[in-house]
Amino acid sequence: MTGIGRHLLSIDDLDRASIERILDRAESFDEVSGREIKKVPALRGRTMVNLFYESSTRTSSSFELAAKRLSADVVSVRAQGSSVDKGESLKDTVQTLSAYDPAAIVIRSPHAGAAGLVAGWTPAAVINAGDGKHEHPTQALLDVFTLRRRLGSLDGACIWIVGDVLHSRVARSNILAFTRMGAAVTVCGPPTLIPREIEALGCEAATTLERLGEADVVYVLRMQQERMRDSFVPSLREYARRYQITPARLRPGQLLMHPGPVNRGVELSGEAIDSPQALIGAQVRAGVAVRMAVLYELLVGAPPLAAVA
Amino acid sequence: MAPVKNRLFQRPDRPAELLISGAHVLDPRADLDEPRDVLLRGGRIAELGSPGSLGAAENSETIDAAGKHLLPGFVDPHVHLRTPGQEHKEDLDTGTAAAAAGGFCAVIAMPNSDPVLDDAAVLRSLTEAASRQARVPVGFLAAITKNLKGHELTEMAELRDAGALGFTDDGRPVVSAGTLRKALQYQRLCGGVIALHEEDPDLSRDGAMHEGAVSARLGIAGIPSLAESTMVARDAALALYEDARVHFQHLSCAESVESLQQAKRVGARVSAEVCPHHLTLSDEEVRTLDSRFKMNPPLRAESDRRALVAALRIGLIDCVATDHAPHASHEKEVPFEEAPMGTTGLETAFAALHTELVLSGELDLATLAQRMTEGAVLYGLPIPTIAIGQSANLCLVDLRARFEVGADGYASRSANCCFHGRMLQGKVLLTVAAGTVAFRTAMLAEALAIR
Repeated sequence: MTGIGRHLLSIDDLDRASIERILDRAESFDEVSGREIKKVPALRGRTMVNLFYESSTRTSSSFELAAKRLSADVVSVRAQGSSVDKGESLKDTVQTLSAYDPAAIVIRSPHAGAAGLVAGWTPAAVINAGDGKHEHPTQALLDVFTLRRRLGSLDGACIWIVGDVLHSRVARSNILAFTRMGAAVTVCGPPTLIPREIEALGCEAATTLERLGEADVVYVLRMQQERMRDSFVPSLREYARRYQITPARLRPGQLLMHPGPVNRGVELSGEAIDSPQALIGAQVRAGVAVRMAVLYELLVGAPPLAAVA
Repeated sequence: MAPVKNRLFQRPDRPAELLISGAHVLDPRADLDEPRDVLLRGGRIAELGSPGSLGAAENSETIDAAGKHLLPGFVDPHVHLRTPGQEHKEDLDTGTAAAAAGGFCAVIAMPNSDPVLDDAAVLRSLTEAASRQARVPVGFLAAITKNLKGHELTEMAELRDAGALGFTDDGRPVVSAGTLRKALQYQRLCGGVIALHEEDPDLSRDGAMHEGAVSARLGIAGIPSLAESTMVARDAALALYEDARVHFQHLSCAESVESLQQAKRVGARVSAEVCPHHLTLSDEEVRTLDSRFKMNPPLRAESDRRALVAALRIGLIDCVATDHAPHASHEKEVPFEEAPMGTTGLETAFAALHTELVLSGELDLATLAQRMTEGAVLYGLPIPTIAIGQSANLCLVDLRARFEVGADGYASRSANCCFHGRMLQGKVLLTVAAGTVAFRTAMLAEALAIR
């Protein structure tokens, strides 16, 4: 029996069979989202806590929606305006929230490993909704879900991840998930934004778009304006001229993805975003079904712990 | 005030009256490597004899130590005792208790306390406190620059007169080559080793671990090895030019070893230390994101670890230093990037190095014993030697005893030990420091037959 463990902290927690099991479950929940009454009773009477130490629109709202469609009660805590503002430590916050006996805690933090720490401090199932520049596993799952629907399978697909790889948790989780599903991954960006020894994750690295034509899928990362201050690139203008994905740089049939939010006119041109090759809207829609599936697998479909080990 | 003569400080205690019978005595400096009876009288080594040949004096204790090893007491040139100002992490009493429990008979404390040890008044208050509280002799390094800011020199001559062993801005580099050069020139007046934490902050930036495949995987900003090695090369050149005595602290990477080798070859008066964690662990440990593995300099690649061991073996790196850096649990129980740098090390140094290097065949025990005492030579302290007439500085170890690190707690006030939970082999049973019994394991009565 395939199990996904007690928490979802990293794509490394999942083998290919577990990923496929989550995606199959997500397909059935996607059907629920098409109904007039978009609710199933799977988590009735159970509580999910959303604990967000960083701003987020789509991740926090889609987790909230996913929990509600499974009939769970949802508590959302944001760092601003909470006792975190008064200097409460992560450990104390988590132990306080754990007193409400939540079935799951979804955490986003600016620091790598935060979700793993939380898992040690609470009896709840912990889902990593982004920890620093480390991982964002549910983003990777919804991206694989979106691609699997479109391609049937990722086996043998060539996927380019383009942009600020250095600061991207999405890049790390997606390299792991895409390769685990049989795709070949190349990361591409300015040399200042490609981490040294990134190849150890099982991908290739490139610094120009010359061979972009090889890609079946072009996955573009968000260029973070705040990186400009550290001179990782001389200017956004120079970055855009070299790395911006435009319809002219895409060949017909290539699929275009982006985790959002997009800097229109920086990493993607407006025309590229609006082109029929773009799957960006499908990615957002997949978010709810995939997060429903993750919650379900962790809280309902989970096999006994012994079977996991 | 008249200059002090003594630069080590400890609380007065009863001189040891003790017969250690039949231990295998290993002291490369005394050319000893055989079972011996060792008789301590009035805190000095009074007699050495073949096993069973010596009898204890009246009212003195005999420890039957057959099958155990007696080594010269270790000297740690790099510890953080956190006093004044951070006594919730450690103080003179708990820090020297940890030292004694690890077989150390002398330690040298770093000046990055709060306030910083950058004037003679702070130093005098510390030496007075150590004279009341320290279980093993403690020496102090004063800051090179005021408040460790890297700009203005401290009153180095007055600090030397007040008992400073030397100078360091440890925890921070002296970024300005011009400022460091003036300190090296001024050393001609005041003496004292100048010890350097080598790190180019422009290259280390906000890094929290070694830059390499593991940092790429974890998405944690890396500290490249050359942040250290370029500064070692720069400061070795300054030391050579000014003919200054410079000591490189906690070297962590192969490139620094190369810079050190070059500096020694051309005759620079430089020495270096290396920490047990850099000799036994690599950045692979950081995959756990456990903040116990966060220290500065960071754990580096396995190839760096091997280069450090090789350099220590041939004496290119002169000595072992723990960089014992205690932090309270609430400070370390935070995400890796947020956690303060540092691991405790006094209580585990010998066991970790014995287990990981001696038992694995990478280093022999005699060399380890020599490197763990060499800090005394570098700083001009009494050199622990097992010879008649010497003040007793010894530790008795059981090389067969295995234990889980931290299972029985720590003598240190803090528990942030990078070896926590590991099984290590080689346990310190007894430490005699400057002629007094500073530590005996609670198990001593069971481990040894005491008559």
